[in-house]
Amino acid sequence: MLAFIVRRLLQAVLVMLAVALIAFAMFRFVGDPVNSMLPEIATTEDRQALRAQLGLDEPIPTQFAKFIGGAVQGEFGISYRNKRPVSDLIVERLPATLELVFAAALFALLMGVPMGVYTALNRHGFVSNLLQIISLIGISVPTFVTGILLILIFSVWLNWLPSFGRGEVVQLGWWSTGLLTISGLKSLVLPSVMLGLFQVTLIMRLVRAEMLEVLRTDFIRFARARGLTDRAVHFGHALRNTLMPVITIAGLQLGSMIAFAIITETVFQWPGMGLLFIQAVSFADIPVMSAYLVLVALIFVVINMIVDLLYFVVDPRLSVGGDRA
Amino acid sequence: MRILTALGTALVVTALGTSGLAAKTLRMADSTDIAAMDPHSMTESNTIGFLNHVYEGLVRYNDELQVEPALAASWEFVDPTRVRFHLREGVTFHNGNPFTADDVVASINRAADDSSPVKSNLPGVASIEKVDDLTVDLVLKGTDPIVLNYLTNIYILDKEWMDKHDALLPSDIRAGKENHAVANSNGTGPFMLESRQPEAKTVLVANPNWWDTPKHNLSRIEFSPIASDATRIAALLSGELDFITPAPLQDIERINGSEGTSVIEGPELRTIMLGFNYGDTLHDSNLTDANPLQDLRVRQALNMAIDMDLIQKKVMRGKSRNAGLLVAPPVPGYDAALDERSPADPAAAKALLAEAGYPDGFEVGFDCPNDRYVNDEEICQAVTAMWARIGVKAALNAQTKSKHFEKVLAGTSDIYMVGWATLPMLDSYSVLSALLHTKSDRMGAWNPGGYSNPKIDELTDKVAVELDQAMRTAMMSEALGLAKDDVAIISLHQQPLAWAVRDGVNLKVTADNKPRLWYATVD
Repeated sequence: MLAFIVRRLLQAVLVMLAVALIAFAMFRFVGDPVNSMLPEIATTEDRQALRAQLGLDEPIPTQFAKFIGGAVQGEFGISYRNKRPVSDLIVERLPATLELVFAAALFALLMGVPMGVYTALNRHGFVSNLLQIISLIGISVPTFVTGILLILIFSVWLNWLPSFGRGEVVQLGWWSTGLLTISGLKSLVLPSVMLGLFQVTLIMRLVRAEMLEVLRTDFIRFARARGLTDRAVHFGHALRNTLMPVITIAGLQLGSMIAFAIITETVFQWPGMGLLFIQAVSFADIPVMSAYLVLVALIFVVINMIVDLLYFVVDPRLSVGGDRA
Repeated sequence: MRILTALGTALVVTALGTSGLAAKTLRMADSTDIAAMDPHSMTESNTIGFLNHVYEGLVRYNDELQVEPALAASWEFVDPTRVRFHLREGVTFHNGNPFTADDVVASINRAADDSSPVKSNLPGVASIEKVDDLTVDLVLKGTDPIVLNYLTNIYILDKEWMDKHDALLPSDIRAGKENHAVANSNGTGPFMLESRQPEAKTVLVANPNWWDTPKHNLSRIEFSPIASDATRIAALLSGELDFITPAPLQDIERINGSEGTSVIEGPELRTIMLGFNYGDTLHDSNLTDANPLQDLRVRQALNMAIDMDLIQKKVMRGKSRNAGLLVAPPVPGYDAALDERSPADPAAAKALLAEAGYPDGFEVGFDCPNDRYVNDEEICQAVTAMWARIGVKAALNAQTKSKHFEKVLAGTSDIYMVGWATLPMLDSYSVLSALLHTKSDRMGAWNPGGYSNPKIDELTDKVAVELDQAMRTAMMSEALGLAKDDVAIISLHQQPLAWAVRDGVNLKVTADNKPRLWYATVD
């Protein structure tokens, strides 16, 4: 067990180093930050002075070493544009993104699971076919189009929900939450629907397929033979056996939702990390970009590691060293 | 009991609020957030423009873009390199501190510090000296006729406040420490910072102790950045916002067609132009031994081939103003007689090319941004097609602004798009010194192609120190005329400026694209 964890940790460190290297190499291609930091009339002399001040004129290995040295301590420097420590900026934006992602995930589960169960139980019903078709649309329409459509319908036409921002937020220590105010909750609806829509479809189809599979198995047949009610068979036995893979997939999707939140955050001006990253790209704000990339990589690595460990716990066949066999 | 009292107070406050005590809130959105509250930490014009509501300079531009007194009540030139400013009496900062000469000295020194990007906007200032509590002398490196224009952008902070918060110098990125002034503010302006959540909302409230008589009737400004054009417009149409900037060209009709919203437009100062590589060879061409762009006839042909009327009509939807000169009409040095742009003439252009020895044209690189100017990429596509008609095959490379300007300034582009608003000095000298003057450490920062015309250099150097306004303007016009004859840079147009408001918001578009909300009223 311990050997397994150590091995996994070493692999994680390697992945993080690779991401840092790629991120760093990428900065060569995002443009010269000096141009957006100085006024247009700045002289060539001024530009060179600033480049030296930022350390952009140092050899690339030196720059990379400094970057890694800082990153290890969680220190990514000062944002070129906002002039604030990058770690502060990230900590400030993290709650917005996480609340959005969890709301979207919750929405996806609450919609996806019942829809999947329903379509599995009523395979040829009219509603099932309709849901199947709608879910196909949900998977094929690009998310930013759904976002704009939601804004058009619910903000411009119906005037029910705000089209941008996070509403009023309440500060709980360093965590800013929009879950405690009416305007915060209202603001959360459209973005989480947009972000969660694809996942609804995914979960619905997954639940449907798994459920159909399980319903064909012997123990369901025996359960029916025992005279159990439909309700007990469907929900007590079939659904429970369906959920294991669904939970795994949903967990893994969390990581990609954090990454995909960039688009949702841009459409709804949701002040999260994705928006911070997009802004940083257009201003060639290297410290912010590098911190974001490293953080997202870290989230993926951690989630994957947790999943790996869970498998290890659940399935003894995976114990690589055979220490349990 | 305490709760009851609080409730009672709340009721009274609500009653006051609704009883028509004129609580006018203006909710506005821009496409990018302001970078920081520290006016000496960056030079982005949207941030500088917004911060002018909180901070003020010794002088300011009014809504006609004329320099007028602000924190300095008056000034005089003691000698050509020494300007004496008489400061306004009785001005207080938002925290109640009185405004004095010490604040001016500390602020100018802060802006001119080596760690401040703003120092590039103060090229002519040697030092600042306190004369007495309400008088300061600005010492210049040489005579500088447009020093006041520069000063409109240099805001004054409270010395005592900076001292207390260890903010006497702007943030030093290398030191890795945040400056207090980045998230807090203490100015003298018409509005005070109430709260700020970066990338979400910045709230200003009217300053009841402002020294000037307010022309606005606002009590509160709520600023939100909204990057997505579609969302920004939707928020205006749904009534969540009162004022947005910019309003994209393709949506102007829709906004005007919707009930309760309209677009306010005007020409911007920014002139869009195409610069050339004047080196001995081209970077991206089939010709390896010569640079046809060095030949005046080739440049004339390229200019002649561009049908700006068509671009104005189709790409810019009739909203742009075609330009024959490198500066817009409000800029001193502009000459209407030179601004004429002759109609496109592909046949004559082709003849000129043949005369220059390129009857079949040539290949050339063409660089454009795709997210910097209004419809920048579309304009370049149109120009590429127009050049193709005379046989010049331009390899269009449209990319994001940070990449584009990196390539342009590195001098590795053959033909490149650039826009110039002459801000903050609002003077043709900006174009002459940065774009047309022969490149050196202090001049020609935006002349990466290496254009050099000794006559223009000479005029530019004279303009820099000439104090006689009439002579100075004449020299600038002459230099711009020379550049035009030389087709040193092709001028295309002044791009349109469009903001959108809800009915009841009275606001004028200013050509420098900075909303001045101390002139805004809400019905």
